[in-house]
Amino acid sequence: MTTATLEQSERRKAWALVAPALLWTVAFFVIPFLYMAAMSLWSRQGRDILRVWNLDNYARFFSESALLRGLTNSLEITLTVTVLSVLLAYPLAWIIAERVPKRWQRMALILAILPFWTSYVVRSYSWLLLLSKGGVINQALLGIGLISEPLEIASNRTATVIGFVHFFVMLLTLTIYSNLIQLSPNYRRAAADLGANAFQTFWHVILPLTLPGVMTGAFLTFVLCIGDYITPQILGGNNELVLPQIIMLQIGRRADFPMAAALSIILMLAVTAAYVLCARWLKIERA
Amino acid sequence: MAFDQQARTSDVLLHQGRLKRVLGSCLSWLYLACIYGFIFLPVAVLVLFSFQDGRLPVPPFNGFSLQWYEAVFADRKLTAALANSFLVATTSSVVACTLGFLAAYALARYKLPGSALQRGLLIAPMTVSYLIIALGLLAVLNTFGIRLSLWTVGIGHVVINLPLCFAVIYASMGDHHINIERAARDLGASDFKVMTLVTAPMLMPSIMAAFFLSVTFSWDEFIIAFLLSRFDVTLPVEIWSMLRSGLNPKTNAIGSLVFLVSVAVLLVLELALFGRSRKS
Repeated sequence: MTTATLEQSERRKAWALVAPALLWTVAFFVIPFLYMAAMSLWSRQGRDILRVWNLDNYARFFSESALLRGLTNSLEITLTVTVLSVLLAYPLAWIIAERVPKRWQRMALILAILPFWTSYVVRSYSWLLLLSKGGVINQALLGIGLISEPLEIASNRTATVIGFVHFFVMLLTLTIYSNLIQLSPNYRRAAADLGANAFQTFWHVILPLTLPGVMTGAFLTFVLCIGDYITPQILGGNNELVLPQIIMLQIGRRADFPMAAALSIILMLAVTAAYVLCARWLKIERA
Repeated sequence: MAFDQQARTSDVLLHQGRLKRVLGSCLSWLYLACIYGFIFLPVAVLVLFSFQDGRLPVPPFNGFSLQWYEAVFADRKLTAALANSFLVATTSSVVACTLGFLAAYALARYKLPGSALQRGLLIAPMTVSYLIIALGLLAVLNTFGIRLSLWTVGIGHVVINLPLCFAVIYASMGDHHINIERAARDLGASDFKVMTLVTAPMLMPSIMAAFFLSVTFSWDEFIIAFLLSRFDVTLPVEIWSMLRSGLNPKTNAIGSLVFLVSVAVLLVLELALFGRSRKS
């Protein structure tokens, strides 16, 4: 056998191995996605889809305030959640990495993310137990006489944000911790030798070095948060709908698939915009 | 004199430093306590009120009862959903791991044209919201008139888990394995034998990691399972429909059960992995 034919047969073998995965991805991801993108340019007529190309759905999105509010609500909630989660998770990860004795660190970390392992739906529901009118927090506050009427803390944006932050603090603690322990102690020593105090060391050395990891975690938070339907639906109620809730309304009650497709494309564009904005800090591992 | 003063200032500095450190560690522990409280509060309340002897899972706690756990096991729909979830999670993960392993092997061991593009394509679903993946699939299935079932849910779950399995296994395919594979080939093993009897066992830790990650994601996935199923549903979807009846200790009971089982599995895995890493 010449080398050329040997190479050819090797290559054929390789294609045969990679083909199933590629075909699966093309058939069940790429084609559906392109089909949906095309559908966002069609329109609905009754229960049928009219295959006439136009930008009506997108025009309607920008002219109907109820739809546009969905996007701004989503962005506001997601940004709040991302910032709060980073601010809460960073100190936690730092304390676990720096203050907790080495042999207890793994345990501390496992404990910090333990509620991760309840089902996602149940986690939002358990916040309802705490926040609802007759819930634990209201009963406790009533009991010690701080309030005389139960507070309305469930079924609004605050409840959604709390539920989200609870989830993403766990996720971010994990990513930030793994960043912190990868740092060589020499950086800290060098900074101390050069006369930096603890705060200066943190601000000028540790924080910049962990920033790529933090940004990656924050971006992940952004993506997962803005695309989530469950938490806002369970905790947020029906007053301030976010984009995924509006998308679900389109395919449910209104049976308007083209509009749902257009809103999904807009959701994706929001994620892409976020990616472009923080791309230079992102450290996405490339093999 | 000068020396004395210097000694005194350094003494004061030392004292200040110690004070600061004590204060700092007090603050650290306080923060730790608060944030662990925040993280555990919902789970604690969930588990506590699953034992509620009454119809509402809110205070006051009326007393200890196992009636809601009995209700869970007596609920045919819930146990069926549990079995469905298990079936979908394991089947879709086996498919995702197999496809992911084959693709990783091909892209790591052979030179293929456009391999960067292929890797990008295989990873791409990771960057898209589950909701959007589900909607696309739903639109195509509707157009072709394919009926929704656990199969369609499984297809969706392979789509979201394949990138993960591929990435995990591909990342662990180091070049140092190549020589062992070459040795096997020199000793007369066919390509298929090399792959299944040499490469796969060497990569078993990462294949298992990919499999369990994939099972976890599929087990807990809601939106794809919700949109792509009809009569047979998975556990998160069944729990979702239980939520419509409002706060209910039975939901607490099933939630606590899922939590306890996951933690038990996690502990077993942790001990097994810990044991292995100590041995090697």
